Amino acid sequence: MVEFRDVSYRIGAKQILSHLDLAIEAGETLVLLGRSGSGKTTALKMVNGLIMPTAGLVLVEGKPTTEWNLVRLRRRIGYVIQDVGLFPHFTVAQNIGLVPRLETWEPQRIARRTAELLAMLDLPPEQYLHRYPRELSGGQRQRIGVARALAADPPVLLFDEPFGALDPVTRHEIQQQFLRISRSLGKTAIFVTHDAREGMLLGRRIGLLSAGRLETVVEPAGFMQARGAEVEAFQASLA
Amino acid sequence: MTQFGEIWEATLEHIGMVLIAVGIASAIGIALGIALTRRPGLRRWVLGFAGVMQTVPSLALFGFLIPIPFIGGIGKRTAILALVLYALLPVLRNTLTGILGVDPAVRESALAMGMTERQILWEVELPLASRMILAGIRVATVTTIGTATIAAAIGGGGLGVFIFRGLASVDSAQILAGAIPAACIALAAEGGLGWIERKLSPL
Repeated sequence: MVEFRDVSYRIGAKQILSHLDLAIEAGETLVLLGRSGSGKTTALKMVNGLIMPTAGLVLVEGKPTTEWNLVRLRRRIGYVIQDVGLFPHFTVAQNIGLVPRLETWEPQRIARRTAELLAMLDLPPEQYLHRYPRELSGGQRQRIGVARALAADPPVLLFDEPFGALDPVTRHEIQQQFLRISRSLGKTAIFVTHDAREGMLLGRRIGLLSAGRLETVVEPAGFMQARGAEVEAFQASLA
Repeated sequence: MTQFGEIWEATLEHIGMVLIAVGIASAIGIALGIALTRRPGLRRWVLGFAGVMQTVPSLALFGFLIPIPFIGGIGKRTAILALVLYALLPVLRNTLTGILGVDPAVRESALAMGMTERQILWEVELPLASRMILAGIRVATVTTIGTATIAAAIGGGGLGVFIFRGLASVDSAQILAGAIPAACIALAAEGGLGWIERKLSPL
């Protein structure tokens, strides 16, 4: 579904990502784990073409991002970031309905879809549809961000530390919700985090990045037994 | 009462001149501001030029324009041109600041959701910068109302006619006949545009 083929990225003399080879299968959630500056966000942004590799290819549905029409590509990929980035001048309904509107869905279909997504995220539609982002808590905002990413039913979802800024209780709730939704929807998802616990909870596989290199790819069950300098550092962070 | 009629006529002439000048300056300033958000390299030069224009004393600028062929000369056209040059900077600068001030996360989201550059401009950047842009237009309008009194010096007409006439004949009543309406227009513009600004603002 998404494949990195010998992907490198450098800015001037600084090597951000080195020879990344990684394939994400359809329907799986792959976690990219790493500390700040490990290149995980850079890798993520290559999937929807916000960043282009300086060497190698990123393939989405078998086609390199360099050959995709970026607008078309991005409308097939949901994107959720830590700062959410909801449009402050749009209501919740307008925010969620954005990509469907760009894709020229019928207004009734957009309204139905928006209500359905809010209900799925345990936000009663009649209470939330007409609010503005500034009237929401951080956790609510992030859930609207998730709803917005899911709106046009994209086959691929990207998450960049989406729950990093939330308080621990809210984070736990949203993580559980994420698990429930990702199991029922069967989307292909790449989830970037620096939190090993979150990675083990949400990922079917975990790719560990260290200074721009992929150290290992393991399943959560094997994470504690994996060997390597960086993976052991993350194991220690869990102890 | 002919006096009163004369003041009223000059006031309308004054307002007309300001509207045309601010209208042109806003169109140019907003368009140029948008263009400059896309071309960081040009920013310094254009802002520098607009800044320098503002530092030229207004009486001198009006004077400089008179001998220039085609665009210069005596009369209203020259006066409006000078007023446009003054009004440009606040609109331009506020457009630039407003658009560059849009939360990077919002811009990135817009891009990542597959909005085109044009859609991002019209649906995200301009609405979010609208308050800032309008504030620029308000400042430009209020200062132009004041500066426009000097247009009378090069035959532009308006309320400045009374002021210059009063200065020449040492007649305070004449000066006030120009200054008071000008101040009233400025206050009204400030209040009215400020009200629209608060109304329009989505935040």
